[in-house]
Amino acid sequence: MPTLALTINGRTHEVEDVPADMPLLWVLRDRLGLVGTRGGGGIALGGACPVHGAGSPLRAGAVPARARAGQPITTIEGLASADGSLHALQQAWIDHDVAQCGYCQTGQLMSAAALLARNPDPSDAEIDSAMAGNICRCGTYVRIRRAIHAAAKAGAAANTNTTATGAAS
Amino acid sequence: MSAQMHDGFTRRGLDDIARDMTPAPARQLLATRLARRDFLRLTGLAGGGLMLQFSVGDVRADAHAQASAGNARFAPNAYLQISTSGILIYATQPEAGQGVKTALPMIIAEELDAAWEDVEVRLSGVDAAAFGRQFAGGSTAVPRVWTPMRQAGAVARAMLVEAAAHRWQVPASELRTRDSHVIDASGERRISYMALAEAAARLPVPDAAQVSLKSREDFRLIGQPITGVDNHALVTGQPLFGIDHQLPDLLHAMYVKCPAIGGTVRTANVDEIRALPGVHDAFVIDGNGEVTELMSGVAIVAKDTWAAMRARRSLRVEWDETHAARDTWTQSQSRADELVGAEGAETLADNGDVDAAMAAAAQTVESVYRYAFASHAQLEPQSCTAWYKADGTLEIWASSQTPQRAVENVASALGMDSKAIMLHQVRMGGGFGRRLVNDPVCEAAAISRQVGRPVKLTWTREDDMSHDFLRAGGFHALKGGVDDAGRAIAWQNHFITFSADGKSPVFGGNLSPTEDLGHLIKNFRLTRTQLPWASPCGFWRAPGASVFGFALQSFLHELAVAGGRDHLEFLLEILGEPRWLDPGNTWTLHTGRAADVLKLAAEKAGWGRAMPEGRALGLAFYFSHAAHVAEVAEVSVDDNKRIRVHEVTVVSDVGPIINRSGAENQCEGSVIDGLSAMLGQKLTHERGRVRETNFDRYPLLRMPQAPKVSVHFIESDYPPTGLGEPVLPPVAPAVCNAVFTASGHRIRTLPISEEGFSI
Ligand code: FES
Repeated sequence: MPTLALTINGRTHEVEDVPADMPLLWVLRDRLGLVGTRGGGGIALGGACPVHGAGSPLRAGAVPARARAGQPITTIEGLASADGSLHALQQAWIDHDVAQCGYCQTGQLMSAAALLARNPDPSDAEIDSAMAGNICRCGTYVRIRRAIHAAAKAGAAANTNTTATGAAS
Repeated sequence: MSAQMHDGFTRRGLDDIARDMTPAPARQLLATRLARRDFLRLTGLAGGGLMLQFSVGDVRADAHAQASAGNARFAPNAYLQISTSGILIYATQPEAGQGVKTALPMIIAEELDAAWEDVEVRLSGVDAAAFGRQFAGGSTAVPRVWTPMRQAGAVARAMLVEAAAHRWQVPASELRTRDSHVIDASGERRISYMALAEAAARLPVPDAAQVSLKSREDFRLIGQPITGVDNHALVTGQPLFGIDHQLPDLLHAMYVKCPAIGGTVRTANVDEIRALPGVHDAFVIDGNGEVTELMSGVAIVAKDTWAAMRARRSLRVEWDETHAARDTWTQSQSRADELVGAEGAETLADNGDVDAAMAAAAQTVESVYRYAFASHAQLEPQSCTAWYKADGTLEIWASSQTPQRAVENVASALGMDSKAIMLHQVRMGGGFGRRLVNDPVCEAAAISRQVGRPVKLTWTREDDMSHDFLRAGGFHALKGGVDDAGRAIAWQNHFITFSADGKSPVFGGNLSPTEDLGHLIKNFRLTRTQLPWASPCGFWRAPGASVFGFALQSFLHELAVAGGRDHLEFLLEILGEPRWLDPGNTWTLHTGRAADVLKLAAEKAGWGRAMPEGRALGLAFYFSHAAHVAEVAEVSVDDNKRIRVHEVTVVSDVGPIINRSGAENQCEGSVIDGLSAMLGQKLTHERGRVRETNFDRYPLLRMPQAPKVSVHFIESDYPPTGLGEPVLPPVAPAVCNAVFTASGHRIRTLPISEEGFSI
């Protein structure tokens, strides 16, 4: 079996001996030690496991790793900037104390990040439909909605500031 | 009728867990705690500093100690360390999402007067000798540790003040503290706790009972919304959960058991499995026949989880089901249907003269309520990492609500000395009562011993749902009577539940007369019949209460409607004068606290306001885990029995709130969980096999179905208690009562999908 080259969070990993049907989830977790992507042990029904491929969410539990060869993948470990500064959603998740057990939350964040990337100011209904695939067994939905709105606002404010700074200089 | 005895497997330890979750009468919580000379012990800290090792008495141990006149056994339970580099507080109780890792250290930090930013919290090791009891169940952690943790913080603070007094040569009484600093009377001199730690460590420890605690008005941290201590690690995807644990040379395992619990391996094609790619080994484990520990099965050990999963598809096992469970839900339902008209086999309470009161009643109502068995479905799959080493010791990383019991379970299952087992507690991806039992821990340990390498065992969702400790199903044949003024005068409940041994009901099937609010009615009878059920039942969030609440609170509404009464007024009338049911025992219902939460919930939700057609409010109250909770649901229902839950208002009295954010989160989550369970969750067994083994057949509520939740607290001066469970029981009856008012449909079955309803 040829070595599989995966580009994850901007870094290339060579992985040996990956069967054709091995889901990305298990390559990330058991082979690369990137355990922030978490499975629900189900049949891709839980939505705990999204990562991003080319900006859109992928179910790592269902996608074979080999299908992503050579294409960039972002996982939760790569959501913050390289200097460690958090994505607006991560900050909002902390500010609004969203998590209970927290197990689903990395998946929730990846789905929310994909949503904000294509729709920077979603309505409640848009949030609901974008997030409907992600189960939270602990029932933190009320806070997830609140945190997404807060991050959208923070994002808008950041953009305004950038523009203002740009205009002044 | 007598239930048929099932002898296929045993259930060691379940009784003990049930006892742990049911504190004995807790009058002592109201009394000032006794002086405890052995309460605090000072230990010099390497590098200089103050380390207080303090003990937390458990409520039962205290009750016992009082009974046996001072024979108290106080094991040290948590550590507070102040060193020159900072303040470290160990969180000793298992964290499953209920928030104790943040809330309990807050109690210590409050009395210490520490700035929260200076505090680092770490999950402690598992060690009964050092830490006393470590247990997450029954919403008992907060009442168990409240007073001793406050005293521990206060003692440390007193010593730091004393150290500053020595340094500045002023009386300690002139000094005050704020934000990890001691400050003098003028306010000009300030010194940090960290700078004082070494000097404080040389002082004698004052008697905890003599140290004054803050009064509630002076709380600065308790009652604030504090974000969880693990949140940064959570949102950045750091390893946190049991399933994330990694070790060098780690192997990955699956463990396949008979889908009908109690079945054993007769033959398995393990030789074929061993030859598959990535497989390291495959073998049969006989187990010890304890369903709480190690049952017969086939282990597949591979280089990664996927290789084990893949190999499993080729596994062929012939099961011996001679002693396996044969439960079939449809048969149990038919049997219950035959019984509902009859009196129960046992009479648990018979107050007044129910028959005469029913005969004299202006109106009587009869209904049968039913609820199915259910699964925990905690999101992190069952998982455990175990490492059996060449020297015969075992190291384990386990997601367990009962980490100390896990050590005993492993010792029993493997015939080991528990001293040779070192177990680390790890944050859990949900518990809900499932991880009170440690079967996956025993399995991982047994597999690692066989292969002599570190092994991570992972269950599939199917494994989990097929081998759960179930929320018990049940039936209530209820009859009530009202007089011509619409007052409740008679109440009768024939409770049909299940039993494994023909003697006592399964866990979650133990309805006591005082839990049935009907016992406040003068003429009251509770009878019980037990049907046979072999598959193990356990503890599902708010055990018993989670389903009794639905039946009892819905039927109270039926009676109010029959009497032509306003539901709120009717409930308040039944509650009567404010009083403790068992005077002074804070684990019993207080009718005044109950009335207060009901009135506030009604006020906050706008009870009595006009509603458009097809929309209504519904009310319910439940008392469990020492908490009084009332809820109002606002729903609308269309002609296709589609329900929309617009808002749920929750009012609870659990005493003072510790972490406001965590407390609100528990209330919001309990509402979602209550709706989720009510809507479509059921397990139906057929010849011992669960038919719903994944989320396609066992739906969890999703975001578009989630209502707005408004949370309010009555922060009474009673001792604080936990919020992980008691908000759940009133959810379903509040919604179902609203559905009746909105549509005229009375829902009497859980899940409500059985009656054609959806959300
Ligand atoms: S926080 Fe526990 S599953 Fe979402």
